Order: sequence, then structure tokens, then C-alpha cells
Amino acid sequence: MTTAHAKTPGEYIVHHLGHLNSSPPLPQGEKAKIVDWSVINYDTLFFSISLGLFTVFLLWLGARKATSGVPGRFQACVEVLVEMVANQAKGIIHSPESRRYVAPLALTVFVWIFFMNAMDLLPVDGLPLLWQVATNDGHASLRVVATADLSATLGMSVGVLVLCLFYNVKIKGAAGWAHELFTAPFGSHPVLWPVNFLMQIIEFLAKTVSHGMRLWGNMYAGELVFMLIALMGASWTFSTTGAMLAFAHVVAGLAWAIFHILIITLQAFIFMMLTLVYIGQAHEGH
Amino acid sequence: MNINATLFFQIVVFVFLGVFTMKLVWPPIVKALDERAKKIADGLAAADKAKSDLALAEKRAVEELRKARESAGDIRASAERNAGQLAEDARAEAARIVEQARQAAEAEADAAAQRARDELRDQVAMLAIAGAEKILRREINPQVHAELLANLKQELQ
Repeated sequence: MTTAHAKTPGEYIVHHLGHLNSSPPLPQGEKAKIVDWSVINYDTLFFSISLGLFTVFLLWLGARKATSGVPGRFQACVEVLVEMVANQAKGIIHSPESRRYVAPLALTVFVWIFFMNAMDLLPVDGLPLLWQVATNDGHASLRVVATADLSATLGMSVGVLVLCLFYNVKIKGAAGWAHELFTAPFGSHPVLWPVNFLMQIIEFLAKTVSHGMRLWGNMYAGELVFMLIALMGASWTFSTTGAMLAFAHVVAGLAWAIFHILIITLQAFIFMMLTLVYIGQAHEGH
Repeated sequence: MNINATLFFQIVVFVFLGVFTMKLVWPPIVKALDERAKKIADGLAAADKAKSDLALAEKRAVEELRKARESAGDIRASAERNAGQLAEDARAEAARIVEQARQAAEAEADAAAQRARDELRDQVAMLAIAGAEKILRREINPQVHAELLANLKQELQ
């Protein structure tokens, strides 16, 4: 960072973790509330929606010219994804009726999350710097990795929760599901009803929170590591130690980026699989 | 790491991206995949059928070849037989003709010899008579001794 006043590493990190959002600048020393429903993160929404549209556009491109003849490379690539998700969905969700929506959703979620995670591989200062230049505001914040925003990942996992509740009611009926809520997993004795219900609520909560936080945690941590690597390079000087710092930046950045390719793919896959598994559980009685 | 209203928008985006894929992406691709799977299955079945057909045709060809070879052998054998017969016949005919010619020639030769003998005999008889006439001009009367001369002629035969 070669701005007029050099930032301390702490300021650099905090600035990078700031969102472009609708909250007014906070008074000095006051911390943002953990949960604040009045705020919207514009950057997260922009990147998640545009990457979501990019995802469905790509998939649509593959589907538009889909022929049963010899596929081109792009069509084959989309087909491989579809086939992979379709097979997973078949193994997990046994209702073809539900698969009609859930399997395409899982495919979209996989590709979408992959692209959102892949934003992590762009230079960590690149788009934020461009944004600062564009807005002519040296303090403008922009976070490009939508999945490193807890609101986004929890939004998606709550979306899965909503689908779980929907399919619970649809498959088992409101009465059947209510019966299950109170009689599973321990038994149907009236004394056990509160315990069962509590367990079910905890289960739903735990599933949803862990589902969202797993993805968020991985991406947030990955982003932080990129920032630390960037800090290392940013403090280089024309000296032996400084040159080594720059060298270490290149090596560490390369190594972490390559490793991150695995993480972003894996996390996208895990999120997709858990989506299928949780919705599949909604179809099965305890 | 704070939670805000972004969450609700994200839910909506999440659900609608799924709907889009369900409507516009999934069906054509799955249809194409199923169709291709069917095509491949059909192709494999056709290939299997063609293979068995080929095996059958090969078997038939071998059978035909064997039959052809057999009948060719038969034909050759019968041709050889015929040729042998013909040669035999020709040889017999030739022998017959030669024999005939030989007999005819012999008969001719016999006849010629006989004729020559007869002529010779006549001439001898005439010479003898002429000689005898010269010797016995007066003593022999041809009319008287005609019987004698005929007898002599008979004996010379």
C-alpha cells in the first residue's frame, strides 16, 4: 500500500474486511452490531447476483445447444456437472418429484458457490483498488468474495432450511410432520415430547448454522490468509530482508492460491452435498 | 462478520437461481443425455447383431466353399471318368479299324496271291502244253487228249 499515509497492518485488514453497505459511517470507537437487519451489503449482493446470473447463463449456454449427438467440449463439461449432480441427487433423494427442483438447485448452487469462492483468487487488492479509483474515495470498501460474508452463506443455508421445512410438510403432511417433531428421535411417550421437540429444533438449528458457517469460515479464513500474504509483500524494501519478504509473498501467495483452488471446489461441493442431504432427510421419517 | 438483511436477499436469489436452472438448464441436458445413452445402447446392440450376422455369414461362406470344392471334385472325377471312357472307346475303335484294315489287306493279298498263282498255273500249264506240243506235236491230239490235259491242270492246282 503506497498511499499517502501508510496504513498499519491492522488498519489494512480492518479496511479490507469492511463491506460496501448501507450502514452510515460508525461514530469513532463504536462497534457495529453483530446482527443488524437494517443494513444491506451492496457488494455481496452485487457479486452474488451477477455471479449467479453468470452461472445460470453459462449453464444455459450449455443446455441451449444440447444435442444427443457428439457433444462439444463445453457441452460435455456442463453434461459432466449435470450427470455428477444427478447421480448424487438420485442416491440421496428418492422422490423423483422433489428431484425435479432440488437437483437443478444443487447444480446451480455448486457452480455458483464455486464462482463466488473463485473471486478469492483475484488479487486481494485488485477490485477494491479499482473501486476506490472509480469512486475517488481512498476509504471506499469493497469485498468481492460473497461467500466470505456470513449473511450470504447463512442466507443460502436458511434457504435450504426453508426447503427442508417445505418438503417435510409436503411429504409427511402437516400432521405427520408435527407428530414426528414430538415423537422422534426418543419415542412417543408424552413425557418425551418436550425433549423430542427440543432435539428437533436443535437439530434444525445446528444443521443450518453449521451449513452456512462452514462455507463462510473457510472462505473468510482463506481471504484473511491472502491479506496477510499481501501485507508481507506490502512491507518490502530495498534490503536483503525486504527482498526476502517480497520473495516470500510470491511463494506463499502462489502456494496458497493453488491450495485454495482445492478449497473453493471442495467447499462448493460440500455445500451442494449437504443441501442434498438435508433436503433428503426431510423426505425420510425418523 | 455481522449478519444483516443481505441474508434475506440471498435466500431469494438462492431459490430463484434454482428455479431458473430447473426450467431452462436441466431438462434439455438431461434429455440429451438420455437420448445419447439410448443411441449408444442401440448402437451397441446393432454392433452386436452385426457381429453375429458376420459370424453367421462367414460360417455360411465356409460351408458354400466346402460344397463348391466338393462339387468341383465330383465334376473333375466324372470328367476324368468320361475322358477315360472316351479314350478307351477311341482306342477300341482304332484297334477295330486297324484290325479291319489288316484283315482287308490280308484278304486282298491272299486274293492277289491266288490270282497270281492261278495265272502262273495257267501259264505253266500253257507252257507245259506248249512244250509238250512242241515235243509231241503229232502224238497228242488236243481233242483226244483234252480230258487228260484237264486232269493234269486239275492236279496242278
